[in-house]
Amino acid sequence: MSQVNGVGEQPAILVEGLTKSFGEVHALRGIDLSVPRGTVLGVLGPNGAGKTTAVRILTTLLLPDGGRAVVEGHDVVREAAAVRRSIGLAGQSAAIQEELTGRENLQIIGRLYHLSRPETRSRAAELLEQFGLSDAADRTAKTYSGGMQRRLDLAASLVGRPHVLFLDEPTTGLDPRARLGMWDVIRSLAAGGTTLLLTTQYLDEADELADEIVVIDHGLVIAAGTSEELKNRIGGDVIEFTVPDRSQIADAVKAIAPIGEGEPHADLETGVVSVGAGGNGSDALIEAVRGLDAAGVVTRGLALRRPSLDDVFMALTGHAAEEELVKGDGEAGGGRRRGSRGRRRAGDEETVRAAS
Amino acid sequence: MTAMTQPAWAPGLGARIRWGVSDTLTLTRRSLLVWLRTPAYLVFTVIQPVMFVLLFRFVFGGAIPVAVQGGYTEFLLPGIIAQTAAFATFGTAIVLAQELKKGVIDRLKSMPIARSAVLTGRLTADTGRMLVTILIIVGVGYAVGFRFLNGFGPALAMVVLATVFGVAIACIAAFTGLAIGDEESVQAFGLIWLFPLTFVSSAFVPIATMPGWLQAFANHNPVTFVVNAMRAMAIGGPLEPTLWPNLWRSVIWLAGIFVVFLPLAVRAYKRAS
Repeated sequence: MSQVNGVGEQPAILVEGLTKSFGEVHALRGIDLSVPRGTVLGVLGPNGAGKTTAVRILTTLLLPDGGRAVVEGHDVVREAAAVRRSIGLAGQSAAIQEELTGRENLQIIGRLYHLSRPETRSRAAELLEQFGLSDAADRTAKTYSGGMQRRLDLAASLVGRPHVLFLDEPTTGLDPRARLGMWDVIRSLAAGGTTLLLTTQYLDEADELADEIVVIDHGLVIAAGTSEELKNRIGGDVIEFTVPDRSQIADAVKAIAPIGEGEPHADLETGVVSVGAGGNGSDALIEAVRGLDAAGVVTRGLALRRPSLDDVFMALTGHAAEEELVKGDGEAGGGRRRGSRGRRRAGDEETVRAAS
Repeated sequence: MTAMTQPAWAPGLGARIRWGVSDTLTLTRRSLLVWLRTPAYLVFTVIQPVMFVLLFRFVFGGAIPVAVQGGYTEFLLPGIIAQTAAFATFGTAIVLAQELKKGVIDRLKSMPIARSAVLTGRLTADTGRMLVTILIIVGVGYAVGFRFLNGFGPALAMVVLATVFGVAIACIAAFTGLAIGDEESVQAFGLIWLFPLTFVSSAFVPIATMPGWLQAFANHNPVTFVVNAMRAMAIGGPLEPTLWPNLWRSVIWLAGIFVVFLPLAVRAYKRAS
C-alpha cells in the first residue's frame, strides 16, 4: 500500500479527550482512542454509554465540545470534507431505499461518489457479488430479509472504497443466523485491510471480531485491551452454578464468599451464582464443593469456566452490559440479568486510558 | 500535524457547482423512482386533486355563484391548482421527516456529497411531482368544462406562477419536516396551517361571501394574491386589470417566503440529527 507523506505511521483513528454534552447529559466525558491501520476496534458498551455519539463525531455528523479526533490524518472538525472522503458508515438502521432494487441503491451511491457510469455499474455488480446479493440484485430491497438489507447497507458504505469503516451496531436486530453471516462479511473486510471501528452491545461480537476492545460506560473509557487481557483482569477462571431453590441463594453466597477473589455475584431471577476463582481454579472448585455441601445447598451445573466478557463488564461497571437496554426490541432477552445492580461494586472504576 | 492545516484537497468553484448539480440530479432521480414505485403515494398525488376538482365542480359548484365568465368551473380551476401545489408539499415535509428518523440523511451527510444536494434534490423532485399533478388537473378541468380563455402565453405563466408558489410552500414544509422530525407530528401540523391558508382565500369561493373578520384575513392571505393573479392569467378579459396588483403582491410574498424559509430549512438540515 502506498503511504501518503508519512501518514502511514499514524493510527487510522486518533481520539484525544473527546467531550460532548447534550444539555445536562454528558454523553462523552473525555475519551481517548487509538486505532492502528488495518485493525478492528470494538467499542463495547450499553445503550446510552456514548458509543453512537463517538461514531457521529468521528463521521463528521456532530461537532465535539472539546478534545480532538483525527481520521486518516484529517481533523474531523477542520477537515470534515477530507474525512468524509476516506470513511464509510454503516448504521443500525438500514439507510437504504426500500423501493429501489439492490443494484439501484448501490448505483445511486456510486453516482454520489462521482464514479463514472461504467465504474458505477461495475462497482455495484462487484459489491453485490461480494455480499451474496447477485441473485436478488434486481428485486426491490423491500423484499430482502433483515440480514440481506443489512448486507446491502454495508455494501453501500463500501462503494467509495473507504480506508476506515464505522459500523454502528451492525447486527442489532438480526436473527442469530443472519448475525453469523454478518460476522463473516465483517471478518473478510478486516482481512482485506480496512480499518474498522465497530460499536456493539454484544460482548461475544466484540470478542469474535475485534483485535482491541474498549469498554465505554457513561461517556468514559473504563477499560481497554485485547479480549484476553480484559478477561485476565478479573483474575482467572470463574466458578458458576445454579441454585434451583431460590431461598438457598443467600446460603450459597455465604458458603463460597471465602473462596477465590472478590465477592460472589448472584442473580436472584435465574438463580445463577458465580465467583472469580483466583489463581488456582481447581483448588477453589474443590473448596466450593465442600463449602456448598456443608451448607446443604443443592446446586446444578457446578463448573469452572473461562471468564466471558460479560464477567468483565460486570466486574468493571457493577452492572451487566445489557441492563441499560431500554429501547427494547427483545434483543437482550436471553442474556438479561436483573436485580444485580449495586450488589457488586467491584471498585474497578478507575478510568483506563485507551490510547497507547 | 501542523502541515495538515491546509485541506489536502480543495475543489474549485466550478467543480463544486458541477458536482452540486450532479448530486442534486442523482437524488432527484432517486426520489422520483421511489415515487413511481409507491402506488399509494402515486394514487394520493393524482387521485386526491382530481377528486377535489370533481367534488367542488359538481357538489359545491351549483351553490356558489361567481361573477366570472364561464361560471364556477372557470373560477375553480386556478384555485384548485394553487391548493394542490400547496398540498403537494405534505410529501416534502413527511419524506424529509422520515429520512431524518430512518438515518438516511445522516448517511448522506457522512458521504462526500454537496451539502445542499439533499434539500435541492428533494425540492427538485417535488417540483416535478407538482408539475405532473398540475397538468393532470388542467386535463381533468378541460374534461369538466374549463378552458384557458386568455391564450397560451398567459396559461403557461399561470402554471409557472403556481409552481413557484408550490416551491415556496415546499420551503416552509421542508423546514417544518426537518425541524419537527416526526412523521405524524409533521402531518398533523401540515393540516393545521395548510387548510386554513388555502381555504380562507379566494381559491374556492368569492371572499365577499365570508364574514367580515374572515375577509380581513382572506384579503391579506398570499394565497389570495396568487390565486387572483392566476385567475387573471387564465381568464383574462374583465379580470385583466386585477393582474398586476395581485401579481406584484404575490411576487413580494413569495420572495419573502424564500428569503425567510430557505435559510431556515438549510439551517434545520445542518442541525438535523
